[in-house]
Amino acid sequence: MHNILLILQREYLTRVRKKSFIIMSILGPLLMGGLVAFFIYLSLNQGESMSAIRVVDDSGRLAQQLRDSESVSFEEDTFSIVVAREIFNPDTHYGILYIPADAPENPEGITLYTEKQPNLTVVSLIESRLQLLIEEEKLNRAGIRKSMLDSIKTRVSLVQKPVSTTGEDREFSAGITAGVGFVGGLLIYLFVLLYGVQVMRGVMEEKTNRIVEVLISTVRPFHLMMGKIVGIALVGLTQFLIWVVLTFAVTTVVSAVMVDRSDLTEIQKEQLEKMPQRPGMETGLEKTGEPEILKALSSLNLVKLLLTFVFFFLGGYLLYSAMFAAIGAAVDSETDTQQFMLPVMVPLIFAYVVSTIVMTNPESELGYWFSIIPFTSPVVMMVRMPFDPPLTDLLLSMAALVAGFIFTTWLAARIYRTGILMYGKKVTYRELWKWLFYKE
Amino acid sequence: MPDNILSITDVVKRYAAHTALDQVSFEVPEGSVFGLLGPNGAGKTSLIRIINQITGPDEGIVKFRQQKLQPEHVRLMGYLPEERGLYRKMEVGEQAIYLARLKGMSRAEAVQRLKTWFGKFDITAWWRKKVDELSKGMQQKVQFIITVLHEPPLLILDEPFTGFDPINVSLIKQELLRMKNEGTTIMLSTHRMESVEELCSHIALIDKSRKVLDGPVHDIRRRYKSNIFEIRYRGHGISLANSLWGPYKLLDNNPEDDHQYARIQVSGEVKPNQLVEALIGQVELISYNEIIPSMNEVFIKVVKGEARA
Repeated sequence: MHNILLILQREYLTRVRKKSFIIMSILGPLLMGGLVAFFIYLSLNQGESMSAIRVVDDSGRLAQQLRDSESVSFEEDTFSIVVAREIFNPDTHYGILYIPADAPENPEGITLYTEKQPNLTVVSLIESRLQLLIEEEKLNRAGIRKSMLDSIKTRVSLVQKPVSTTGEDREFSAGITAGVGFVGGLLIYLFVLLYGVQVMRGVMEEKTNRIVEVLISTVRPFHLMMGKIVGIALVGLTQFLIWVVLTFAVTTVVSAVMVDRSDLTEIQKEQLEKMPQRPGMETGLEKTGEPEILKALSSLNLVKLLLTFVFFFLGGYLLYSAMFAAIGAAVDSETDTQQFMLPVMVPLIFAYVVSTIVMTNPESELGYWFSIIPFTSPVVMMVRMPFDPPLTDLLLSMAALVAGFIFTTWLAARIYRTGILMYGKKVTYRELWKWLFYKE
Repeated sequence: MPDNILSITDVVKRYAAHTALDQVSFEVPEGSVFGLLGPNGAGKTSLIRIINQITGPDEGIVKFRQQKLQPEHVRLMGYLPEERGLYRKMEVGEQAIYLARLKGMSRAEAVQRLKTWFGKFDITAWWRKKVDELSKGMQQKVQFIITVLHEPPLLILDEPFTGFDPINVSLIKQELLRMKNEGTTIMLSTHRMESVEELCSHIALIDKSRKVLDGPVHDIRRRYKSNIFEIRYRGHGISLANSLWGPYKLLDNNPEDDHQYARIQVSGEVKPNQLVEALIGQVELISYNEIIPSMNEVFIKVVKGEARA
């Protein structure tokens, strides 16, 4: 036990002290924080680059009713469209909107001339504004007042709640829930792969260095393998923890600096007001004014989620890294790893693919089975987690995972202890099979 | 009769395709320098791995100080494998401390002893260097220090002199002899017969998975002598030949500088003095010497199957 701790300590410290680890630890959250900052920046600064649009209105009625938005302004033009196109200055104006004389009856003729490929938000903004104006005009002609219509219009948005009567009365938000689960599953997939390969490299390093002979004359091969696997697992957890803490810190700082919350709500409210024609679009605002995303996140049991994440990360990692260790022990060089890597990678990749399907349909048969089978369960169960799978499923999955990694570790240890001293031999599957039954 | 630190009895080790060790038995006396000899692929490494408990024997038994090998015994051994290796990216000092602690030493103890050894081998300046930055010879020194640092009663060294220049070879030999004088048993596996003659008190020779010879070095060399004497003398070759009859056989006779050199084989129970007596009246004897085969000759003789143990 003393030796396992020493080995574990070395594996951990040498990796954590590496420049690449420190860089990754800092860069990861910075990238994530930067991404968040970038999106906030984009959403906030739409208004700053105004797109001025000249409007040539042959119908004579629509142009003066076009209201400016914070990103698009309209200037009515007295020239004909031919002249306007002739004298267009791309430095001062974004484009020319041409409204033909029969626009209200025949809106297909409305044209936007621009220098470059037009921005989608500008296009949709103009479209929705014109649509609104033309509809209003048509209503007027039909003798329907807008106020009357507004009072008829109804918007329905389903509140989603679990059927169970126990527990607090929480609300579902399918999209965000699925997203959280998927990100968790993806992280497990990435971590297992990343750190599993590190285990393999570490084993190979010791083998090709020949230090392994000195080591296993002192410690049991199994201790050496487990010390390495657990040490690297701790490196992974450390990295994950640093990421969580730093990402949280970076995003908090960034959003505090770039926007204070009331501003954001102001802008969003404004946007909401200006787009009454699109009830289907997510606005990020409920009537209460609380952003939906925060509400959805608070509806998830984050502690439970985090704990299961750590469990499935460790379980999945232990399961796969034992196999990676066996591969590292069996081969002499990196190039020889390919043939053995594939069968180990396939279930992992498969789990990832299945999880994209399970995300949209978490209670499916497919989701159930692959969240129980140990080789795919760490990723797939994580995707199901935010949807509150039955406790029996969760426990069964965990038990299967524990049994799974005990089995692969046992298997790997047998290959490991033979392979680690085997040099210059082209190893085949048949060979590995034989190693399983060698006496010590 | 000193106790044996190792008793190896009927050890058999089989791999899938071949038998690496076949009924090997011998004893390693406490305090000896023991040469484990044999051609490549004879099974030396397999045996060393069994003693180190890296693998176990399929049959037979290995005892360490009259006890069946147990995991605790590993700490009483220091093993330098033939293929050397260290973590390339780790600092020398840190690595040495790590390996010493795996052998059960405390950090403080390891640091203290390492400082002494590094001073002795003149590599103190390398403490904080990465192994990568060291020359091959330097790495070998570091590895040797790591092997002996915990001062085990039994050292197992597989080809310890390869990769060293002559100065360092003598430095290592000197240290080995010092440790032997302090009571350490040293098991050397080597092809270099000069160092066997120079250092070893006992040997075991393994060939084709079997032990073919073992015992004290001087006994073995005597056992393989062919009763040949070399003499240098002044006088006539004819008179020499005349004096040799019966149990004596002149093998060759050649002039050498201002004298003659001859080799004479003696049969049976003739005492050395009798040969001298037979010669002394005929020629002027300058030197007289019994030819004892070198370990190299014994090795070749045995391995080529010219002799049987």
